[in-house]
Amino acid sequence: MVRKVVESDSARSQRSAIPEIELKGISKQFDSGNANTRRPVLQDISLAVERGEIVTLLGPSGCGKSTLLRIVAGLLAPSAGEVFVNGILPVNARQMMSFIFQDATLLPWRTVAQNVGLGLELEHAARPLRAERIAAMLRLVGLEDAGKSYPRQLSGGMKMRVSIARALVHRPRILLMDEPFAALDEINRDRLNEEVLRLHREQNWTVLFVTHSVAEAVFLSTRVVVLAAHPGRIAHIHEVNLPWPRESAMRLSPAFDAEAARVSHLLREATAISRPDGEGALG
Amino acid sequence: MRPKITLALNSLLVLAFFLLLWQVLTVLLHVPAYILPGPIAVAAVVGSRFSSLAASFWITTQAAAIGLAASILVGIAISLIFAQWRWLRRLLYPYTILLQTVPIVAIAPLILMWMGSGIGSVAFIAFIVCLAPIIANTTQGLISVEENLVHLFHMHNATPAQVLFKLRLPHAMPSLFVGIRISSGIAVIGAIVGELFAGSSRVGQGGLGYSITYANAQLETNYLFALVLAATVLGFLFFFLGIFLEWYFLHQWHESRRAESGN
Repeated sequence: MVRKVVESDSARSQRSAIPEIELKGISKQFDSGNANTRRPVLQDISLAVERGEIVTLLGPSGCGKSTLLRIVAGLLAPSAGEVFVNGILPVNARQMMSFIFQDATLLPWRTVAQNVGLGLELEHAARPLRAERIAAMLRLVGLEDAGKSYPRQLSGGMKMRVSIARALVHRPRILLMDEPFAALDEINRDRLNEEVLRLHREQNWTVLFVTHSVAEAVFLSTRVVVLAAHPGRIAHIHEVNLPWPRESAMRLSPAFDAEAARVSHLLREATAISRPDGEGALG
Repeated sequence: MRPKITLALNSLLVLAFFLLLWQVLTVLLHVPAYILPGPIAVAAVVGSRFSSLAASFWITTQAAAIGLAASILVGIAISLIFAQWRWLRRLLYPYTILLQTVPIVAIAPLILMWMGSGIGSVAFIAFIVCLAPIIANTTQGLISVEENLVHLFHMHNATPAQVLFKLRLPHAMPSLFVGIRISSGIAVIGAIVGELFAGSSRVGQGGLGYSITYANAQLETNYLFALVLAATVLGFLFFFLGIFLEWYFLHQWHESRRAESGN
């Protein structure tokens, strides 16, 4: 099979010496549990993500993909290895990163506008600036009329939009997304995927996206990193051979089907070597 | 709407039937008034001694309110400290259970001996019985914040104070109000227990608890019933005050408040 490297325009034009996200030999094990049952969650993960790329982490449960994302965010420290975001340590690079969680994780006691403005408020941004940015973000995600609502009044899809608006309000360069649309129905998920791509074209983000949906991974990514579990490790890195910009109609094309079939196959292989006893060998 | 009204009417009918039965039995069985006065006699004494009843009611209200308010303030402060320093929580939390297990009836005389009789010691006794539910519930609310929300705050380099006051404290509000609801009922009980031992510095003018012991000693059983009725009403009022405050502060955003009101 001929594989051609396809990148977004932005990725090609802005490629530089320092990767946006760089993982060098990352391993992670948690301290809990006794020594016999303690197994590494992640083992020797090395990956470089260039500016403007959308890289998805795809793998069976237990492959540590969410843990890996939290290590990139500086929320968890690796047990071994090094992480750099734009050449510096993640904890010092949080200004340029936003994390989007699987659930909307909104604060129920705050209105939609107050939720969107949370980060600016914590960073003591001036009030007029805050109001202006919040309004702009709500417009961006199509919720300009919902600013005064409380989260409980919103549907799941709307909550997720608020969560996205909150992540974008302080203009991140890097988005870390942890199965953000897993709880949504397919129509909402597809629509939000398209919006992420539209915004990505405008804002030139670098995106690290965790998912367990093959279709989502293929549709969104420049590259799909297929992980195996027990311990979590990279089984395969697949460059998605689909043109940019990605349109919704593309999901029906034979090329998309072929890519999805290929990634499904890689995922099946990765799952096959993901034995809980940890004795699986890389194929 | 209609089933609710029917339910309320049925409840009132039950009450009316019970009062009627009570009255009829006391008359038919010739029960002396100092053993069991009928509801009409009780109602009469409520009318004739209303001013002294109201005075006692007000004294007890003040003591219970001061004790409850103090327990809320102190309870929140202690819970915030417990939430912030886990080692301190582990060290001291077991002792807050003592507040709940110590028999208040047994230590009330001690408190009166130490602090002297009067509203101060009565309020202090109410404070002691109210404190444990506030601390237990508020602390639980403060420390049970979802990890992703804490991560969200960390992504914005939030300070520990920001995590505490902008995340943990608002998150703990529903739990705090569960504590307040429990404590608002027992605040009145605590105040009355305190007054039973010596609620007044002047003879003849004390709270409900003091007047109950006085009426009991004088065999004024119909007035005793009126006092018990007043104490029950006061307990209800405090309980509904707690419910109202909870509704007032939480109804806009809290799911469970809505779910409960739907039932």
